[in-house]
Amino acid sequence: MKRTFPLVICFGGGIIFIIQFFIPHPVSKAIYDEALNWLIIVSVFAFAIALESLFRVHGTKIKRRKPGWGFSVIPLVACITVGAFGIIQGVREGTVFMKVFHYITVPMSATVFSLLAFYMASAAFRAFRATTTRATVLLIVAFLVMFGRVPIGPFVWKGLPDIIEWIFMYPSMAATRGIALGVGLGIIGTSLKIILGIEKGWLGGGGK
Amino acid sequence: MKGKIPFVFTLCTLHFALLSSLCAQEITPPTDVKVFDTPNDAGNSITIKWKLSSQDSLLDGYEIHRSQDPVGEFIKIGWSIRGINTYTDEEIMYKGKILHEVKNKTEYYYKICGKFDTEFTSFSEVAGPTISSPQLFNKSKINVLIGVMALLISFLGFIRIAKRGGRLFIRKIAGLEALDEAVGRATEMGRPVLYVPGLSTISDIATIASLNIMGRVAKKTAEYGIPLLVPNRDPIVLTVAKQVVKEAYLAVGRPDVFKDEDVSFISSSQFAYAAGVAGIMAREKPGTNLFIGMFWAESLVLAETGAATGAIQIAGTDAMTQLPFFVTTCDYTIMGEELYAASAYLSKEPILVGSIKAQDLLKAIILTAMIVGTILMMLGSNVIANLFKV
Repeated sequence: MKRTFPLVICFGGGIIFIIQFFIPHPVSKAIYDEALNWLIIVSVFAFAIALESLFRVHGTKIKRRKPGWGFSVIPLVACITVGAFGIIQGVREGTVFMKVFHYITVPMSATVFSLLAFYMASAAFRAFRATTTRATVLLIVAFLVMFGRVPIGPFVWKGLPDIIEWIFMYPSMAATRGIALGVGLGIIGTSLKIILGIEKGWLGGGGK
Repeated sequence: MKGKIPFVFTLCTLHFALLSSLCAQEITPPTDVKVFDTPNDAGNSITIKWKLSSQDSLLDGYEIHRSQDPVGEFIKIGWSIRGINTYTDEEIMYKGKILHEVKNKTEYYYKICGKFDTEFTSFSEVAGPTISSPQLFNKSKINVLIGVMALLISFLGFIRIAKRGGRLFIRKIAGLEALDEAVGRATEMGRPVLYVPGLSTISDIATIASLNIMGRVAKKTAEYGIPLLVPNRDPIVLTVAKQVVKEAYLAVGRPDVFKDEDVSFISSSQFAYAAGVAGIMAREKPGTNLFIGMFWAESLVLAETGAATGAIQIAGTDAMTQLPFFVTTCDYTIMGEELYAASAYLSKEPILVGSIKAQDLLKAIILTAMIVGTILMMLGSNVIANLFKV
């Protein structure tokens, strides 16, 4: 029953929404909109579970004085205080909640994002070591593309932008479309397998 | 310079003379107005088409007028710029209020006139009546339906072959072959396995494909008795992931090894999550990092941090923009469709393997159609290309 019931819901829901995709009637759209509303409601309840997980993980660390437990105090204190300000003052502009968002959350996210520049440099260093034929091809193409995309490239040789354009339009585009075609069919195939109950791994247990 | 001034002056004079003559004479109005219910929609919409005025280039555009009585008062309901010969009269809503209404099962008449500056051409003939109604089937999606049906039939055919014991070959996928080896390595080192199920929601098929692989990885870690750390970004994915891992531990008879806090929620913010997972990698030093699911810009932050800790790394995603980052930083990368073939590849279940062969067959059909379509297009025929239009 524990496995059959979700499979029945999945099959029923899947078939209904496959049919819904082909019916433009307002009733069909209303069913779809209603399902989306349910999804939002379920997501809100799921956030309560997420919060419970957050407090349990960090609470246990603090309680057992595990190494680095002090860091666990920060997310819990931040979650409680910012959450409390959000409930008391609301989330309008000028409130503490929004100030925390604008002056702490956004700059911190930007900081992590900007780290990408350094990570890219170190990843490129590793990737561009011409140890194999494929790595050498990658190195040459990457050099051409990077050199051709900066002003000095066309200055050295006018024909370089045309070569870059050709690389993007043909070999690169062909590979991208090949992957996209496989991904598209994979998505449809996996969806059908889940709806028909052929694929059951998502129910847990790791399949047979 | 001296010669240019009289030339410009003459040009302006000619222009004004032309405008005056146009105002004076009648510009031909749009003709052959056709109105019909907008096809394949939810109703409340009527499409109007017309033949452009023969002096279209001299007009600013066209005004569309509507009435429920062919001889009654017509009201302007829309505007179309010159060169465009189609207008869709549909309901306009703003903040829950209907600003412009097109009622279903109500007869409407339309007429159009051209506009030039403040002048108007005479009206076209009255077109109609026509009524709007919702459709029960979207005919423009019939090719999608045929495609899905073809995949379904092909599924059933190959599953039957597989059930009869027919041998179905699947090429070797290095990333999936290495999964057991990677978990084994973490066990030898006495370190945990980190599994990142992507940053997308449960409605993303890549996340579900990742959860399928996670179940199998969890079985292995349960057998070997090593921790499996699963940090999550989405609360629903967290709930499902927890259940998947718990069930896997139960299936191998090791529920005692499962720790609830190992499958945890980090943050719903993209970079806060990336920083959190990078922190786990730096502190816990997992022997194996698995990044399988949907990723965005954080992919390189995660994979580079993992590479710096010396862990063996396997990534799997269908996000094409992130694939190069994973290829450069991970030991193995499961690319695109390989992610969706993983559960069949790992389990070797005939039914699942049959479904992969069905996908391959459809892929071969599409590739053939692409080659034939390209040749036909070069010969001036769009027959194949039109079959794939949605």
